[in-house]
Amino acid sequence: MSRLLIRHARVVDPSQRLDEGLDVLVVDGAIARIAERIEDKDAETLDATGLVAAPGFIDVHVHLREPGFEYKETIASGSAAAVAGGFTAVCCMPNTSPVNDSAAVTEFIRGRAVEAGLARVYPVGAVSKGLAGEELAEMGEMVRAGAVAFSDDGKPVSNSYLMRRALEYAQLFGVPVVDHCEDSALAAKGVMHEGAIATRLGLRGIPAAAEEVVVARDVVLAELTHGHLHVAHLSTAGALARVHEAKARGVAVTCEVTPHHLTLTDAAVAESSYDTDTKMNPPLRGPEHVAALIGGVLDGSVDCLATDHAPHHADEKALEFDLAPFGVVGLETAIPVSYDALVRRHKLPLRQFIALWSCNPARIFKLPGGTLKVGAPADITLLDLEARLTVNPDRFRSLSRNTPFAGQRLKGWPAATLVGGKVVWRRERR
Amino acid sequence: MRVQPALRLTGKDLVGIDPLSPGEIQLLLDTAEEMRAIGERPIKKVPALRGKTVVNLFMEASTRTRFSFEVAEKRLSADSLNFSASASSVSKGETLIDTARNLEAMQPDFIVLRHQYAGAPHQLARILKASVINAGDGAHEHPTQALLDALTIRSRHGTLAGQVVAIIGDLQHSRVVRSNVLLLARMGATVRVVGPPSLIPIGMEALGCEVHRRIEDVLVGADVVMMLRIQLERQGRMNFPSVREYYDFFALTPERLRLAKKDCLVMHPGPMNRGVEIDSRVADGPQSVILEQVTNGVAVRMAVLYLLAGGHGEPASD
Repeated sequence: MSRLLIRHARVVDPSQRLDEGLDVLVVDGAIARIAERIEDKDAETLDATGLVAAPGFIDVHVHLREPGFEYKETIASGSAAAVAGGFTAVCCMPNTSPVNDSAAVTEFIRGRAVEAGLARVYPVGAVSKGLAGEELAEMGEMVRAGAVAFSDDGKPVSNSYLMRRALEYAQLFGVPVVDHCEDSALAAKGVMHEGAIATRLGLRGIPAAAEEVVVARDVVLAELTHGHLHVAHLSTAGALARVHEAKARGVAVTCEVTPHHLTLTDAAVAESSYDTDTKMNPPLRGPEHVAALIGGVLDGSVDCLATDHAPHHADEKALEFDLAPFGVVGLETAIPVSYDALVRRHKLPLRQFIALWSCNPARIFKLPGGTLKVGAPADITLLDLEARLTVNPDRFRSLSRNTPFAGQRLKGWPAATLVGGKVVWRRERR
Repeated sequence: MRVQPALRLTGKDLVGIDPLSPGEIQLLLDTAEEMRAIGERPIKKVPALRGKTVVNLFMEASTRTRFSFEVAEKRLSADSLNFSASASSVSKGETLIDTARNLEAMQPDFIVLRHQYAGAPHQLARILKASVINAGDGAHEHPTQALLDALTIRSRHGTLAGQVVAIIGDLQHSRVVRSNVLLLARMGATVRVVGPPSLIPIGMEALGCEVHRRIEDVLVGADVVMMLRIQLERQGRMNFPSVREYYDFFALTPERLRLAKKDCLVMHPGPMNRGVEIDSRVADGPQSVILEQVTNGVAVRMAVLYLLAGGHGEPASD
């Protein structure tokens, strides 16, 4: 029997409305007891004085690139980045090569994640075979193999008929359909947010409307089918308004927002003078959108946060802005970036912040975890809210370095990550 | 009121008009005027850039701009190297950054870059020791074009401040309009732009211009009218219906030109589509300064090279 006693932590668990100084006893990988003072001579102890213990953070939107693009990231390197970023679980998108549109690929991913032995990895299966947007992939087989949701992420499900059928069919398994909402024709090969800055920079713009028309369509289809729609990386004020209205009508729709869309605007492209680490899809939007997203987080219309961790090799990003791929890494900066912006600057209560990264994603994707209730797996994120550190991409565990946050000094970092009661990562003291 | 010229250019590069102060623009134009005089001499050459090497790196087809830079370089006694490639070869093999690093290993002093993608000169300027001169990047900027246009206006009308300049055409895909609006607004001119509403980028006003809907509205009282090339090859048929209809609503015809001031200059950055955006009677008419623009292009490019090399005052003659 393995026993671990976490002492003197400030336990913040929104699932139990807890926020107090407590000890946590973990036995055989599960939460055994939480109390003010626990004595256990047989247990290994972890002194968490000054740290917050939260239900393990879950990132429901990452690209681990394996199989097929192991030069960008592998399941092992991505899991290492996850735990070093304070995440105990991630959901990985299916746009690998081969695409995760079959039980075989889903099983392969699960197997690789178990070998890595760090974060829990929950595969998201493809909605359509080969992400081609034509035929439904074998969702049931993938669910049996461990898929937790379906998405053609990287691309929208352009065909409305297919989207309707996906929302219907996925109900057989009670899993969400996650859509990357973008009207490709309206996006018109744009490379940044459409607006005065794109005009000044001479870059083709992606209008907010490209996202909003598809969110509007998807919400209508979710209402029609009663399926569960989850809007990936929502980035515009209008898209948020569509989701908000739909929820008020009782439509089963949820949404996620990324830390970069909450903190950066399209001005970053100009300020960095065409740095391709400011290129992602959806693009960094204007300040009015950022303000709306922050408002949505504060008032609860945003259901959870997610990184859209999208590793790319440095050689691929060292191209002209038009030619470089979309995407930024996020796992190892997500917590400080979002904490600094939301809790420190915008006074989001800590409990709500933690819920956005743990209980909420667990509930939306029906994942184990998201709670420190007795009997739950001991997936725990320890946070040092006083730590003030500079983002240094050279120290990333991820194979890729494409971050727009390099050099930023931020307060509030993960201190240690426990998965199944095992300390899988701890910040080294330097 | 004349803007006081700066003593020198502050940057290593000329990536656009946007980073320039009014004083720097004034200095460039004043210097270009002196450079123009060199072209009028029997021996059109000064030793100002002797021993300097210029790489003309043209990743996108261009005849006029490349020739203009070459003539400017020769008149200043620089050694020129020409490197032309289609940008599509970039995706097949060497990246732009590798190409530039290889060229830099040959220790050039200047890299003149024409590129189909916006921001390419900025990306090179960050990593290269050589001065990078933007000879047109995507739909972003074409600073030497705006400078030569300004020089042309100033030579004819004596000033930029207070001039009413109408710019007409495909605003979405034009780098010429962006550089011109930035420069003219910075120097105190009033800039009015017009084009099919489907070819007006969002937030155009923020560059410093008035955006209009009808060509007549920009022409009335104009001191200068600049026509932009309709770039048929760069767009599909969804942006405007046809050349025929474009001519109907946006071409500069003699009748329309009469709305402008009597001494209104007619300009075009070339190459022209006669009978599309401009009627030949106007292009070849008495108000046209289109060929003068070409002459001024050489002078402006000489000034840019000379000032970036650290020159000030009048270039020494042999």
